[in-house]
Amino acid sequence: MLDYLQLTGQRVLAVFARLGQATLFLYQILLTLPGLLMRPSLIIKQLYSTGVQTLLIILVAGCFVGMVLALQAYYVLVDFGAEDSISQMVVLTLMRELGPVITGLLFAGRAGSALTAEIGLMKSTEQLSGMEMMAIDPMQRVMAPRVLAGFLAMPLLTAVFIAVGVLGGYLVAVHGVGIYEGVYWSLAQLKVDFYTDLMNGMIKSVVFGFVIVWIAVFEGYDSVPTSEGLGQATTRTVVHGSLAVLGLDFLLTAIMFGDI
Amino acid sequence: MNSRTIEIAVGVFVALGLAAFFMLAMKVSNLISYESETGYQISARFDNIGGLRERSPVAVAGVRIGKVSSIVYDNETYEAVVVMEIEPQYNRFPIDTSAGILTAGLLGEQYVGLEPGAEEEFLKTNSVITVTQSAIVLEEVIGQFLYSKADEKE
Repeated sequence: MLDYLQLTGQRVLAVFARLGQATLFLYQILLTLPGLLMRPSLIIKQLYSTGVQTLLIILVAGCFVGMVLALQAYYVLVDFGAEDSISQMVVLTLMRELGPVITGLLFAGRAGSALTAEIGLMKSTEQLSGMEMMAIDPMQRVMAPRVLAGFLAMPLLTAVFIAVGVLGGYLVAVHGVGIYEGVYWSLAQLKVDFYTDLMNGMIKSVVFGFVIVWIAVFEGYDSVPTSEGLGQATTRTVVHGSLAVLGLDFLLTAIMFGDI
Repeated sequence: MNSRTIEIAVGVFVALGLAAFFMLAMKVSNLISYESETGYQISARFDNIGGLRERSPVAVAGVRIGKVSSIVYDNETYEAVVVMEIEPQYNRFPIDTSAGILTAGLLGEQYVGLEPGAEEEFLKTNSVITVTQSAIVLEEVIGQFLYSKADEKE
C-alpha cells in the first residue's frame, strides 16, 4: 500500500518536473530569438521542411474533408428544404473548428514527429554536444529556427486547408448536388464574419502550431539517446501534440464562441 | 538540395498560404460588405423586431438592397429604432414606403422588407419610414387564435 502511494507520488512529481523542464527550455529558446532574426536563411530552411513538405497532405486532406462535409450537410439539410445553406455549414465548420484542428493533427504527425526524430538523432550522435564544444549555442542554431518556422507555417497551412476545403465543398455542392454557384458564395458571405470566424480560426492555428513545435522540439531534446528512446519520444510527440491540440481547441472555443 | 530551390519552394508556399487567406477573406467572409459602407441610411420604428439582428438583410421584392446597420431601443417611445443602410444605386423609394419585418421561409432568418409607396418625393439620408409592420411573434399569433376560438364557443 505504502509502495503504491510512493509510486503515485513519484509519477506526479515526474510530470511536474517535465513540465518545469519544458517551460525552462521554451524560455531559453525565446531568449535566443532576437539573435536568430539576423539569420533568416536558417528559418527558411526549416520552413521548407515543416511547411512545404507538409503542404501536399494538407491539400489532399482539406479537399476530402470539405467534400465530405458538403455531402453530410446536404443529407441533413435537404429534409428541411435548406440545402442552399450547405456553404454556410461547410465554411463555418472549417473555419471555426476542423481547419485548425485537422491541420494541427496532421502537422503533429507529419512535421512534429520528424522534428523529434531529427533532434533526437542529433542528440544521440552527440551533434548537440559537439556544437557546444565549438561554442555554438544549439538552442539558437537548432531549436529556435524550428520553433519559429512551425509558428509561421501553421497559420499558412491552415489557410490553405480551409480554402481547399471550401473549394472541395463547392465541387460537391455545385457540381454534385446542384446548388447554384452564386447561392453557394453569397450565403457564405452572409453568415461568415471576417473577425469572429476567420480570424479566430487563425488565432487557433497559431496557438496550435506553437504548442506542437514546442512539444516536438522538447521531446527530441529530452529523448533517451537510444534507438528505443527515440521511438518512444517520437510517439510521445504525436500523442501529446494531438491531445494538446484537441484540449486547447475546446478551451479556445469556449473563450471565443462560448457566449454565442 | 540546392538552397536556391528551397528558397523558391518556401516562397511559393508562403504566397500560396497568403493567397488562400485572401481568397477566404474576400470570397467567403463578409469583409467586402464592411468596406462598402457607402450607402445612405434610413431608419424605421417598430413595436417589436422579433429576431432581427444587425447585418440582417433589407430586401425589396425579394431582392437584397442593403442591410440593418444598427438596432437601438428608444427609451421614450418604447419602440425599437432600426437603422438600415441602403446601397446608393437604390435611391428611388417614395416617402410613404412601408417597412415590415418578414421571415424567409417558415423558420428562416428574419429580414426587413420594404414596400414602395406612391408619393413623388423620395427617401433621403436619415429619412424615417413611418408606416411599419412589426415582426409576427408566433406565440402571440397562437394566443390570439386560442382566444378567438374560446370566444366562438361562448
